Amino acid sequence: MNHKIALTIAASLLATTALAQEKSLTVASWGGSYQDAQSKALFEPYEAATGVTVKQESYGGMSDVRLQVTSGQVTLDVVASGSGSAARAGAEGLLEPLDYDMIDVSRFPDAFYSEYCVGGDVFSVVPAYSTKTYGDNGPRGWADFFDTEKFPGSRGYRGTVAGALEPAMMALGVAPEDVYTELDSEEGIERALDKIRELKPNIAVFWTSGAQHAQLMKDGEVDMTTGWNGRFDNAAADGAEVSYNFDQGLLDYDCFAIPKGAPNKELAMEFIAEISKAEYQDDLPKFITYGPTNGAAYETGEITEQVAAVLPSSPANMAMQLPISLEWYTKWETIAAEMYQEMLTE
Amino acid sequence: MTDLHAAGLRRDERLERWKLFGLASPAILLVLVILVIPVGWLFYVSFVGADGNFSLENYERMVSRKSYLRIFVTTFQVSILTTVLCIVIGYPLAYFISQLPTRWANLCLVTVLLPFWTSLLVRTYAWLVLLQKQGLVNQWAISLGLWDEPLKFVHNMTGTLIGMVHIMLPFLILPVYGAMRAIDKDYLKAASNLGASPRRAFWTVFFPLSTPGLFAGSLMVFVLCLGFFVTPAVLGGGRVIMVSMKIVSNIELFVNWGAASSLGVVLLALTVIILWIASRFTRLEQMAGGGH
Repeated sequence: MNHKIALTIAASLLATTALAQEKSLTVASWGGSYQDAQSKALFEPYEAATGVTVKQESYGGMSDVRLQVTSGQVTLDVVASGSGSAARAGAEGLLEPLDYDMIDVSRFPDAFYSEYCVGGDVFSVVPAYSTKTYGDNGPRGWADFFDTEKFPGSRGYRGTVAGALEPAMMALGVAPEDVYTELDSEEGIERALDKIRELKPNIAVFWTSGAQHAQLMKDGEVDMTTGWNGRFDNAAADGAEVSYNFDQGLLDYDCFAIPKGAPNKELAMEFIAEISKAEYQDDLPKFITYGPTNGAAYETGEITEQVAAVLPSSPANMAMQLPISLEWYTKWETIAAEMYQEMLTE
Repeated sequence: MTDLHAAGLRRDERLERWKLFGLASPAILLVLVILVIPVGWLFYVSFVGADGNFSLENYERMVSRKSYLRIFVTTFQVSILTTVLCIVIGYPLAYFISQLPTRWANLCLVTVLLPFWTSLLVRTYAWLVLLQKQGLVNQWAISLGLWDEPLKFVHNMTGTLIGMVHIMLPFLILPVYGAMRAIDKDYLKAASNLGASPRRAFWTVFFPLSTPGLFAGSLMVFVLCLGFFVTPAVLGGGRVIMVSMKIVSNIELFVNWGAASSLGVVLLALTVIILWIASRFTRLEQMAGGGH
């Protein structure tokens, strides 16, 4: 009996050393249909091309990374994250700076990569409207969204400050390219908040999650809401009477980053360099309606014109939108969030 | 001889005390590990600033920003209103059940407890489905001609209160029912015998005897309400912001735990003050049993 146990232990020890010799990476993302799409478009083709095993995990975001890094027990090599939280985590010293000699970002718009994270897919904050209420003559741009005389009806709006002030600024008539200059002071933030205060009696719900704003449109609880374009596509596919356009949308991106002290840092860098290539990114829209960050992905022929028309990062759609400024969020988010909460609790 | 005896007794007593302490020590250790240490740690981190040094910034922020005061006011407003509504609905129900024969009373208690078997989240979303603009209640009422425009039941204070009262009601009914059951029916008979009308007998005899249970139940509902998260988050529509929600948003927003734990400390302090005031009116141990 004891003999048997000893043998088993020895065998499993041998097995683990054998595994260790084979190259492998641990990649964490958010699970669900999002990670499925990443897996099919990026991770599995990467495994096939390089022979490296990608171990996938789902995780709870940068707070998990913070826990791993501060306790010195880093197990994740690559994490998928929102651009804003990655920027904050980077500033906090939780991430490795990325090596842009290895990762080719020559065809990335400047807004889609930063020191600590490189964009993987693009989504957009858009004004969505009920086609039941407004037919095909829905709002175009934020001035329409804030105009309750031209478009009577209840609104949904974000319950936190991220992506909430820029629409108000544009509704005030500020040109998209000037929005962040105007918001670069407490007075500027207050001006945007006053515009939201004006709309507040018509805001039925301040939403806090993507699932929620999609459901609000599905249930007809509000006639118009801000929200992420992909969620509305899914709701529409489920039969909801909802539509949107990209006019003055806010472009944001999800990105890949490397936690500080990742066990396979070098390989992680190679991995990110590989999956950022156009020939990987051009497959992503087949599985989810998020756009590639690499501009070259639109030129490989994989993404048809029809598909490109509904992707937030296609050249035609990008031209009418405003990319989110991470610098602004790093500088102002905590202050603006407190001011936003004051507006909410009034 | 007596001295020896006394010494022996003292030794036995000391031994007994150590034995009792030994038996109690796992519980003491448990309380220490899961309560005293975390609360102490919470207290400590609330005084750590963003740069990792001792700082009062987390408390200064709560004074300088108006939203914090408003959030505490909302939290207490929601908790008090929920408690009052629970008393208004729960006390008569508990009285009704306590007057039933035991078998029927037990059946009624089971129906009171039934909601406990469903997850809080499910019950909260169920209210959303029932009460929203295109929800069942509005649809039926409009088709029956009760009102013409959909009424706003959810995504506001009304929805929050409906959801919370529904969830909190059993916490009030059980202790009140317990206190009522313990009241000797002969007292009421004696009152009637002495010429009191049923109303007078109720208010001068029955009600005062049931107040310990009522007080215990109300206190329990009130304190539980202070920390509520899911129900106001789902049914409040982002307008009803309670302390627990602010704690979550501060954890996401600020890079240090202190910004959130200072809120926890203030809430804890306020709760302790309330319990202390309450303890001057009733004995707190009644909360556990609800009896005399």
